[in-house]
Amino acid sequence: MKPFDRRTLLRGALAGGVVTMGIPLLDCFLNEHGTALAQGAPLPVRFGAWMWGCGMNPARWTPATEGSGFELPIELRALDRDLAGGGKLRDQMSILSGFDVKLDGRPNFPHTAGLMGTLTGSLPLQDYTVPAPTLDTIIAAEVGGLTRFRSIEMSCTGNPNQSYSFGSQGVANAPEISPGALYTRVFGPEFADPNAGPFTPDPRLMLRQSVLSVVKEDRDRLLQRVGAHDRQRLDQYFTSVRQLEQQIDVLLAGPPDLESCQKAPTPGTDDVGSEVGQSMATNRVMAELLSFALACDQTRVFSMMFSDRISGLRQPGSSAQHHQLTHDEPLDPEIGYQPEATEFVYASMEAWADFIERLAAIPEGDGTLLDNCLVFGHSDVSLAKIHGITGVPMMIAGRAGGALRPGIHVAGATAPSTRAGLTIQQVMGLTTESWGSRSMEATQPISEILA
Amino acid sequence: MRIHSFSSTFALLAASSLACVIASCSSSDTAVVVEAGPVALRRLTAEQYARSVHDVLGRHITVPSRIDPDDRRDGLLAVGASFAGVTPSGFEKYEAAASTIAEQALDAEHRDDLVQCRPESPTGADDACARAFIQRVGRRLFRRSLAEAEADLRVAVAREAASALTDFYGGLELALSSLLVSPEFLFRVEEGEPDPSNPSRTRLTSVSMASRLSFLLWNTTPDDDLLTAGENGELVEEVGLARALERLLASPKLEIGLRSLFSDLYDFKQFDDGLVRKDAALFPAYTQTMIEEAKEQTLRTIVAHLAEGGDYRDLFTTTESFMTRRLGVIYQLPVASAGGWEPYLFPEDSGRAGILGHISLNALHSHAGRSSATLRGKFVREVLLCQDVPTPPANIDFSIVEDTGGELRTARDRLEAHVSNDACAGCHTLMDPIGLALEKYDAIGMSREQENGVPIDTSGELDGTLYDDAVGLGVALSGHPNLGPCLVRNLYRYAVGRASEPGEEQLLQTLGERFASSGYVVSDLLREILLSEGFRTTSGPREAADTGGTP
Repeated sequence: MKPFDRRTLLRGALAGGVVTMGIPLLDCFLNEHGTALAQGAPLPVRFGAWMWGCGMNPARWTPATEGSGFELPIELRALDRDLAGGGKLRDQMSILSGFDVKLDGRPNFPHTAGLMGTLTGSLPLQDYTVPAPTLDTIIAAEVGGLTRFRSIEMSCTGNPNQSYSFGSQGVANAPEISPGALYTRVFGPEFADPNAGPFTPDPRLMLRQSVLSVVKEDRDRLLQRVGAHDRQRLDQYFTSVRQLEQQIDVLLAGPPDLESCQKAPTPGTDDVGSEVGQSMATNRVMAELLSFALACDQTRVFSMMFSDRISGLRQPGSSAQHHQLTHDEPLDPEIGYQPEATEFVYASMEAWADFIERLAAIPEGDGTLLDNCLVFGHSDVSLAKIHGITGVPMMIAGRAGGALRPGIHVAGATAPSTRAGLTIQQVMGLTTESWGSRSMEATQPISEILA
Repeated sequence: MRIHSFSSTFALLAASSLACVIASCSSSDTAVVVEAGPVALRRLTAEQYARSVHDVLGRHITVPSRIDPDDRRDGLLAVGASFAGVTPSGFEKYEAAASTIAEQALDAEHRDDLVQCRPESPTGADDACARAFIQRVGRRLFRRSLAEAEADLRVAVAREAASALTDFYGGLELALSSLLVSPEFLFRVEEGEPDPSNPSRTRLTSVSMASRLSFLLWNTTPDDDLLTAGENGELVEEVGLARALERLLASPKLEIGLRSLFSDLYDFKQFDDGLVRKDAALFPAYTQTMIEEAKEQTLRTIVAHLAEGGDYRDLFTTTESFMTRRLGVIYQLPVASAGGWEPYLFPEDSGRAGILGHISLNALHSHAGRSSATLRGKFVREVLLCQDVPTPPANIDFSIVEDTGGELRTARDRLEAHVSNDACAGCHTLMDPIGLALEKYDAIGMSREQENGVPIDTSGELDGTLYDDAVGLGVALSGHPNLGPCLVRNLYRYAVGRASEPGEEQLLQTLGERFASSGYVVSDLLREILLSEGFRTTSGPREAADTGGTP
């Protein structure tokens, strides 16, 4: 860190009245962010969550043997892909089966309890409520301040109001549902393109900082006038203000100095909707945009909702949605599962494979972008038909900068699903020693997948 | 078709009631014991944000449509607003929105309408003119006068930025942005204070009352007169409150308040968000434009009926409505006007009467590919009758409704299979008979006589009243004893932004009785609520709640 506060200096220049004179002044400290990475520091490690709704058929999804070299079960057949850069997709991730969400007598709110148990470590007391912050926001609180965006939330469902990224109750991070909007947010006019010639910071950025500092001055006056419930909400508000200040700091610091950073190509026209083909296409385009954003270190945390926990995926021309089918479709006695509903499990796993394959397609350092990522794939239930929360399906893709050893199947043997979350936090550099409440408290990481 | 002038109807009501209040036959009955609930910050909904911007800064402004999602809780955005926060991504969008709004508000074409002084030079700072602008606009946006320090900070921003940009109005834009991203704008602050004449009574401050009144009746920021009444302490006094209330009730803007209320209660925002989707192959006639008109049809029907002092219960039986040719295609009914809206009377043989026969509600409470008697029934039970329908048990055995050999051809067949199972019956007997009455409307509200080749049977019973079809269901519903009291409860929750408290049950009951004796006139109910102790007092600020995350 430089021995002075950059913002104080900028504001000083601004108060002097000549913003254009501030720009040469900037040179002496601008590269604080940009060169930190180039001067031999390790590449950043990114975390993301990728969620699909309505689970799988445990007997058809779970590998038969533990450890490496297991045979891919039928519902994971999508992972049997060759990567363009060599190797197999299946070897880029570990499969976690047999980990449970434990209710401790609380109700199994259909589709909510399992999701919240895995993502927050706690079970809700009421339906549709979020008992604690979700994993991605816990990690973003730690590493989100280093990048332009604290985190990026995305959804392929077309619903702008729903994500499973919660800083706390009542504070869902709104997802990007349109690839076009995601592109504009990350790669629009504000993006400092490292390949676009000399960098000149926009003087208006400094003016925006001064607007935010005024708002912060409103804080104490307002806090005196409200109760405990509202003080929490205002804390969240002011955390968000600080986040935007950081974002502007990063913009003022100039383009990222990362070899793999390139501005993403503009995506085609949006086709947002809940037909399975639309969601899969959105997932592919968003994965591509995200891979460019990660390579340019615009964020280190993301979450993607491929389908809702009450999955609204549907086939064109069909009168039923995925979730409905998991309950209404007859179990075919010959084959032992619901054939139409299961098509959506295959589709979800194809989409997961598309997403991870895309991250593996960008070279970075001696390997790929995926090598410096940890992507947590998970669902809300195991068998949706009965809202099963034992053996909730989870997968962890990437090497997290060398901390993880992928390609392993771990059978959890009824351990709490929070062991995945604990492992993730520790790999991401948090000092968390235990995570989750009551029977969901995890104290041991999943050491089998650690390098 | 009776389309009365809106404001004249209310003006009559207003005059009579004001006289009543002054003659101290106030309808806020002291015999009713009320222990009101807590107050909390209420985050502006997307609609309130846009309306405030338009009212204060100019109608020409395009307000970004997607900022931070609203939080719908207990079936109301108005309740969720007491819980919603501002996320980092939400704040990012609020800041971008503030910037584009400020730019439009102060563009060369409109700045003279908004800034009442002229700067010494358009290329430099002018503290006095900036201060006048910030104080005037800030008061409307913050819904109170700015504190000295609040204004000073913003004058300084305007000065710095005007110098840096050599543009006075550029400086004002930044100052205006700082108002629009402030928590004092994004959240409505409601505060209590001890009533000096009865210190055990915590009343809402007069300034808080100004916002409560305005957002309830107009769904926007208070106008100058109301703010003045608030800041002068008039809104904690009987006469002052009654005077303000009658002015608001008599305004044509009350129509906006009624629309917002029913949009919220019926979750019509789903139409605006494009979330009511239908399968294109099964329903080629379905378009976003059509469904937005369907929403509009229902809101127009409700507002026109209630504005002319109509009986709320008649909304479920009336054949009066409005129509466009596009909607006529779906209804399969001829529409005379080639473009735009026309008042419309559903023909007797159309099988349509009351808003339950409208496209909007039937499409909203259907799946993408098929109608849902259960969802429709759930809507009637929960939203119109305030009856709880429990969620299904997690480990329920649905094999009972599995299609065995394709014999269950109609929704009735399939759902009756549910009801023959004890675990399902408790809830499905509540919902399904209602929804089955609406089965002749498909997933987009189009009429049909058969499902899978079998004639549809719409007969049933609603809590003791038998009916043959959807029109009969409307009649049964309009006579249901819960219908009026349920609107009272919903409107009350909407007004105070939270669930009702046990200490308010007696008040709700009294309000229900008065609503009935008024002939179910909604403007009378609004007046009763606004003058009630529940609306005007509080137990204090809301405490933090346990969500289950602690061991």
